[in-house]
This record gives sequence, C-alpha cells and structure tokens, in this order.
Amino acid sequence: MTQHGSNQPIAAETRPWLDPEAQPFISIRGITKRFGTFTAVNNINLDIFRGELFCLLGGSGCGKSTLLRMLAGFEAPTEGQILIDGQDMAKVPPDKRPTNMMFQSYALFPHMTVEKNVAYGLLREGKSKREAYARVAEMLRLVKLETLAKRKPHQLSGGQRQRVALARSLIKQPKLLLLDEPLGALDKKLREETQFELIRIQESLGVTFIVVTHDQDEAMTLATRIGVMNEGEIRQVGEPREIYEEPNSKFVADFIGSVNLFEGRVEAAAPDLMRLQTDELGPVVTLPRSGLSRNQRIWVALRPERITLSRVRPDAATNVVSGVVQEVGYMGHMSNFRVRLDGGRVIRVTQSNRLRDEDPISWDEPIFASWSPAAVRVLTE
Amino acid sequence: MARGWFLPVAVVLGFVFLYAPIISLVVFSFNESRLVTVWGGFSTRWYGELLRDRQILGAAWISLQVAFASATVATAIGTLAAFVLTRFGGFRGRLLLTGMATAPLVMPEVITGLSLLLLFVSMELTLGWPAGRGLTTIIIAHTTFCAAFVAVIAQSRLRDMDESLEEAARDLGAGPVRVFFDITLPVIAPALVAGWLLAFTLSLDDLVIASFVSGPGASTLPMVIFSKVRLGVSPDVNALATIIIGIVAVSVVTAGVLIRRRAKREG
Repeated sequence: MTQHGSNQPIAAETRPWLDPEAQPFISIRGITKRFGTFTAVNNINLDIFRGELFCLLGGSGCGKSTLLRMLAGFEAPTEGQILIDGQDMAKVPPDKRPTNMMFQSYALFPHMTVEKNVAYGLLREGKSKREAYARVAEMLRLVKLETLAKRKPHQLSGGQRQRVALARSLIKQPKLLLLDEPLGALDKKLREETQFELIRIQESLGVTFIVVTHDQDEAMTLATRIGVMNEGEIRQVGEPREIYEEPNSKFVADFIGSVNLFEGRVEAAAPDLMRLQTDELGPVVTLPRSGLSRNQRIWVALRPERITLSRVRPDAATNVVSGVVQEVGYMGHMSNFRVRLDGGRVIRVTQSNRLRDEDPISWDEPIFASWSPAAVRVLTE
Repeated sequence: MARGWFLPVAVVLGFVFLYAPIISLVVFSFNESRLVTVWGGFSTRWYGELLRDRQILGAAWISLQVAFASATVATAIGTLAAFVLTRFGGFRGRLLLTGMATAPLVMPEVITGLSLLLLFVSMELTLGWPAGRGLTTIIIAHTTFCAAFVAVIAQSRLRDMDESLEEAARDLGAGPVRVFFDITLPVIAPALVAGWLLAFTLSLDDLVIASFVSGPGASTLPMVIFSKVRLGVSPDVNALATIIIGIVAVSVVTAGVLIRRRAKREG
C-alpha cells in the first residue's frame, strides 16, 4: 500500500503509522456494537497515533458516529476493547475519560454565558474560579472570541457558536478530542476557512483529533489519515492521497471523488507493462501489479481528470478510445464532459481550463479519449 | 368567502357560549342588590362583606395551604417520574409506569376520591397514620393527581431537550447527579414553573376529591362555596368566585406562556 510513499513531502517521523514499531495512542480492537438485531459497528480494528488528525469518513448510518460515541463513553461496545494511552476504557464513565467531545449540535448550555460554558469543564475538575477564568480568557483569545465572553449562546452566530463549542471541548487539554461533524452546520465559505483554523489549533496544541464527517473534501483537507466506513465496517485506512490514488475497492474508489469503472480481466503480465482486456474500453495497458493472475476478473478505475480529450488521434496504440461529446458542464476553472464511447458506454471526463483562448471542445464533437498506463488503477473487489 | 359573515359569527357564538356565564357572574358580583338576579346599581359591597366572613377566609387559607403544598410536592415527584421515563431507556415495567403516571388524568374524580378515602382509612387502622382526615390527607390526595399533570408537562419538555446537552456536561467531567442539577433542571425550569402553576390551580379548583378525603375543620374553599350555594346563592359568593377566576386565569395564562416559550432560548 505504501509503494508510492517515498515521493510524499511529509517526513517519515511524523507518520508513525509507517513505523511497525510505533506504539498506537488509541487502540480499537474488535469493536462491535449491536442495537437489538441491528449491527451499527462491526468488528473494527484501528490504531491511531499521538498527534494525528484522523477522519472517519462515511455516509449517514455507516456507524462512524456510534464509533465516536463509544470512544467518548456514551455507548458501551457489545464486543471488543478500546485502549486510550494503554488504558482499557471499558469501565471508565464519560466524565472520567481523558477525552472531550465537540458535538454536532454544539450542545452549548443555553442558560450559561460563553465564558461559563467554556469554564464548566475546569470548574468540575476542581480548579479555582480565578485559575479557571484566566484559562478561559486565554482559550477565548485562541478562538478569537474574547469580546463575546458575556454573551449567551442564542446571541451568537453559527460560526461563533462553533468556536465556543471548540473552546469548551479543548479547555481541559484532553489527550484526545472527538469532533462530530464539526463544520457540518457552517456555510461553505466559512467551512473552508474553519478547516484551516482547526488544523492550526490542532497543531499548536498537539492534541490528537478524531473527526467524524460525511464530507470528503473536509476529510481530504483535514486528515493525516482517513478511515472510510460503510455499513459498520472500515473499508480502507490511509493517507488522503493513498485513499484517492490507491483505493482498495470499487466502493472506496467510487466514494472518494468520482471514477469510471470498467469490468475486465487480466490478459498478460509483461515485466514492464500489464495487458488487460475490457469490453467497453478494449485492451488497456497499465503498470504491473503483483498478486494478479492470468484471466482474473478485475475492474479498471479511471479518474475523470486523468483522461485527456483531443480532436486528433493520439500516437499511442493502446489506451485510446473514440466517442462523441454528449454533454459539457463549464465550471470556470475546469469543464465536466460526458463522452459517449463508440460501444455505447458514457464516461465522465474533466479537463482543466488552463488557457484562456482555447477553442473549447463542444457538444456532439467526435473525440478521442486517452490516458497513460500510470493513470489506471486495477481493482479486484 | 374566507372573509364572509360565517366565521366571525361562529367565533362570537363560541365565546358567548363559553364565557357568558362567567361574565354574568363577574358583573353581578358588583351588584348592590341582595337579590342575585336583580340589578341594583354598582357596588363593591359584597367584596367587603367577604373579607368579614370568617368561615370563607378560613377556607380560603386552607385551600391556599393545600394548593401550595401539593403543587410543590407534585412538581418534585412529577419531575422525577418524567426524568426516569424519558432518560432511562427501556427498563422493566417502563410501560406500566408510563400508564400509571398518566392514569390519574383520565380517572373519574369520584373513583380517585373514593379509593384514596379507603386507603387512608385502612392505613389509619393498620399504621396509625394519617390520624383522622384533614389537611394532610387532602394534600396527599391532591399531590397524587397533580403529579400526573406535572409529569406530562415535564416529559414533553425533556423529550424536546437536546440530550447532547447532558452528554456534553458528562463529557466535561460532571457526574450524573451534577448534570441533573447543573443542566437538566435549569433548562426545563420554565416547564416546571408552568407545571407548578397548573397543579396549584387544579388543587384550588378541586371539590370532589377534597370532599371525600377531608375531615372536620378542614373544608376547602370549593367545599364551603358548594355548601353555601345549596342554601341559596348569595351575592358574596359571586364576589368570591370572581376573585378565584382572576387567580386561576392569571396562573393558567402564565403557565401557557412559560410552556410556549420553551424552545426559543435553545435556538
């Protein structure tokens, strides 16, 4: 899974998941949660390391929030074990765990001021009022809310409430912060700004974050690693780039970004190139991959942006198909095309609009679509 | 069509049907004449007379004591019942408790009164308490049916409340009891005040149950009025009724406003 890791800019010592000797900070072992006959979380094993910003990504009802709630202690696992910093959490109630949570609804106490909301955790810890409020003032500066300390939650905007919730969940300096859709209630523009704000705060405090989200852009931007979940199971764990470029299944390839999938089989594996045969694309050549045998059933995954459209036939003998442009969606920085191949299959292609005075490809134009062998991802499941 | 004559007429008829008796009662409470049905000019004479009537003042005092005590105890019991029913998920006997908590709402008062009377009598025989019937037994009886009303109001408020507020407090290090007093109680407080006011009003109004379980020397205001009226309606009863209507109206309106105001602050 990590054969492409060497060209990544991040230093290896900040990626403890590559080190087989590294001790995980959070160990989730065989966790299952059933509600009656419904299995919300099914036998999940996951290691998360200190200082990570780990994203659990999945659609609604995939079990990601249930997993988060088990880490916080609001739900007890039916089976399995959760270790945080080596300590078994089974018998530890939520108020005694070294974790704090930021809720999707923010859950700000409506009858308390911003300041009191943030101070609540420290006062329950037995800190003196003076010490607590000094820390609160500091925290409110960090989230840029110092002028709003005396307001009640209903007098704040959505973005301000989000920051109060964040400040409140960070005030006790938890070892682990759990965030349930932290940006879900913000509008698009604010969400993008806040993403980087979250990263800044996470890095400056050195807290381990686990973020639950259904928004793949959010996960890609925030995460050191992503765990893609579906129907209570983790389908793939990896760095954002790995998840996108090396999905391990059709589900993950389709879930993250968009993809064109073609069924086919392995024809021959030469030492430098592998030949595949597909019904809809004809012969496809790609870089060799171990673990495949002749005639094995596979799927070819092609990202829309890895396909090039041209009016004249490219030189290459393979990895070229012809078709007709069926639809064009102009987005400004790029255009989305739907191209009907000669075999009848419609594929998605995106082309970035790098030149201003280009003669744009338009509806009903006969066209050639081509891609390089390295652009092909071969999937077996 | 929508602005035709039918709707306004229906509204006026409805209001007349509901409030004509009350308005006539209020008007005649300011009647000078001793004859209840003959208008003799405006006067507040019967209000003055009322203040000199020891029997009525005594009964009013008993009623207020009963209403205050039973509303307070009922609010405490009803809130706890509502909390258990909404927050403890499924437990053995949950359905039974839900049913039993609301049964007094629909139980005929005669049956509630009679069964409580039987209970008090047999308790006195076996346990020696409550000794005789009076203030204490009326308070207990009123508490039982008022608690049901409070439980219903508190339950609906607790269901509306965002449970993650309580989870957030747990998460920040508060134990379950602490969470109840720090978070749950302040958030549902308006509903509890409303429930208390409603319980107070219900207790003040009750005639049937109080008649069953009261003893000598402990007649509530409705009991005294009822016995006076049987001897003939006197104008001072009108004055008394007007005052009671005032008190009840104020508490019911306040309770309504408090119940409706609930979600506003959570935003």
